[in-house]
Amino acid sequence: MNLRRNVFQAIADPTRRAILVLVASQSMTAGAIAANFDTARPTVSKHLQILTECELLKQEQNGREMYYHLNPIKMKEIADFIEPFRKMWDDRFNKLESIMKKYKSKE
Amino acid sequence: MELKTKINATEGKQEIVITREFELPLELLFKAYVEPEIVEQWMGTKVLKLENKKHGSWQFETLDPKGNKHGFNGVIHEFIPNEKITRTFEMESAPFGPQLEFLEFEKLSDDTSKLTMHVVYRSLAIRDQILQLPFAQGINMAHNRLQEIVNKLK
Repeated sequence: MNLRRNVFQAIADPTRRAILVLVASQSMTAGAIAANFDTARPTVSKHLQILTECELLKQEQNGREMYYHLNPIKMKEIADFIEPFRKMWDDRFNKLESIMKKYKSKE
Repeated sequence: MELKTKINATEGKQEIVITREFELPLELLFKAYVEPEIVEQWMGTKVLKLENKKHGSWQFETLDPKGNKHGFNGVIHEFIPNEKITRTFEMESAPFGPQLEFLEFEKLSDDTSKLTMHVVYRSLAIRDQILQLPFAQGINMAHNRLQEIVNKLK
């Protein structure tokens, strides 16, 4: 449970969300990621460390460079966070549908 | 299996879009949003006030499982029968402030219809918090049930 909460804390930060959006399209080095932000390089490194620790990002050595890429399995878990919210609306709408179907037959 | 109710929560945007296709004629779907006694049934709430007109307002009151009252209210900006409702929505017991809701009702066929609910929040942080509410409540409920079981064992 603790790990899951960390995932959510990780994406609560706007810079970290921006990093995830950046690497979603391609693997990038820490330097290339940092170049997209005004923030100091160590701050970006700290963000990368947090994202890597909670497995939203994965590191891959390519030659001398370390590349960061998105971990789709972990991202799927974030999508699952929304699932109870979706389920709540789905239940309401199912109820609406069944009430109105009965309403129709009464008319 | 394709999901009937879909949530589109784009990363980095302070809004969500909920869509749902109903096996109901458009008029019946719209009626479910307009008639207080029907709203009460499917939303599981008490309707204190529901003025379906431009510049109208609405007020709901819901009891939680512990019997605490929770108020919800808002104003109606636009009301076009069988087409559109634009309104605000505010949870009185939460610090999120009002959200803006654009409800669009569409006819798909004589017996089917579609609802598109576009919700805009004050900030991305508030959106994400609200999206997590049912998830957090689920954990709390599981925790409470566990607590009950543990208490019985004592």
